Amino acid sequence: MQEPHPNSTSTQHLEVVRRIAQKVAGPAADVVDREARFPHEAIDALKKARMMSALVPAELGGFGCGMVELAGMCESLAQHCASAAMVFAMHQIQVACIVRHGMSQPFFQRYIAELVERQLVIASVTSEVGVGGEMRTSICSVERQGDDFGLVKDASTISYGEQADDLLVTARRAPDAPGNDQALVLVRSPNYTLEKKGGWDTLGMRGTCSPPFKMTSRGNVDQILREPFADIASHTMVPFSHILWGNCWLGIATAAVSRAHAFVRTQARAKPGALPPTAMRLAEASSMLQTMRTNAHDVASECQELMQTQEGTHSLSSIGFALKMNNLKVSSSQLVVQIVNHALLICGIVGYKNDSKFAMGRHLRDAHSAALMVGNDRIYATNASMLLVLKDN
Amino acid sequence: MNDEIRRILKEHGRLSVDVQTLTDETDLYQAGMTSHASVNVMLALEGTFDVEFPDRMLKRGVFESIAAIRAAIQELTAKG
Repeated sequence: MQEPHPNSTSTQHLEVVRRIAQKVAGPAADVVDREARFPHEAIDALKKARMMSALVPAELGGFGCGMVELAGMCESLAQHCASAAMVFAMHQIQVACIVRHGMSQPFFQRYIAELVERQLVIASVTSEVGVGGEMRTSICSVERQGDDFGLVKDASTISYGEQADDLLVTARRAPDAPGNDQALVLVRSPNYTLEKKGGWDTLGMRGTCSPPFKMTSRGNVDQILREPFADIASHTMVPFSHILWGNCWLGIATAAVSRAHAFVRTQARAKPGALPPTAMRLAEASSMLQTMRTNAHDVASECQELMQTQEGTHSLSSIGFALKMNNLKVSSSQLVVQIVNHALLICGIVGYKNDSKFAMGRHLRDAHSAALMVGNDRIYATNASMLLVLKDN
Repeated sequence: MNDEIRRILKEHGRLSVDVQTLTDETDLYQAGMTSHASVNVMLALEGTFDVEFPDRMLKRGVFESIAAIRAAIQELTAKG
């Protein structure tokens, strides 16, 4: 069930992450989930392996990993600990925004060198109280005073906010700018404070530690990415998010099916010659998993290819590509729940029990986060509106 | 054509500034047009000028200013 897809690039780096997933993230996953604590073992191991700069180009000291390889890393980690995988994914999305849009600015060149050296972890501050989950609108704004700025944001959630080294924050470019004229700003410790405004006692994805915070920061205007956030979002943040998240969810589904498969094998061995009744449902789950895997891998490869050329990069902001990204998100976030649910039905009571080796509780709870991370209804509404002008030609 | 484009922007662009204050080159997204509003602008342009934007033109850059919109419509009507 866990045969690598023929298109996946099984490189040395991916192997390293697979080992960390198996040996470090997996053994801690249950306690991370139970205590809703940060998966520090996994993240420390990833730092030691220099994976926090995995997508930084080789000439800047990273491994130059592309989308396909990163997607594979997220899938591997999520098979063992979905929270660790999601933290890894979210950090890589932030690094991608800086590497792909900030390298003409000396501040960000120096920052990336430091990130490579110290394996810094960046958290994302895109959510805000009062915008109703719309990432492309901000209420807070960058307030310039000469070469310095101040920025205060009431964030509805900051994943691993307390564990991150630095934050990448969206805000209106200036106090008089409209809500969608946003900039992306890197704020660095110790020049920000986070005041916790609530807890993170959730159904799943408990190790991402994502409570609401009021963030207060200051810095130098060099820390503002010059490219408009609109372009950074469509060219990088949205594709990286939907593809890496989709591959995290693929990892959850893969792990659930793998447990169900092992369960069916034990049933089959008990009565050779008789097809266990659960085997039919496993066949169904296997087919759904293949659909999910093909979609996640296909969009990752296509995106990686487009990002390699100027022409391709332009088409990342096209409606056609946005629709494809959004379809990957809604479809994989629904499939992951269906697949884990199938796996639970196959394992029955031993899947329902938290202390069995076939336990499905964590997978099912983690899977339910997928439809909520950028609500599917919002995405369907966007797609419905884009389809009004798309011609399919 | 510019007047028609301005009328459509006023009606559907949900801009945060008065359309009259825009130059032909003003960035409409910086003037507050959301991607959601831009879809309605596209639909109104297609209806008014009797054109269909092919998918290759359905991207941000094509609708970022009055001048860019005019160029796109001219390209399409010239072909027709």
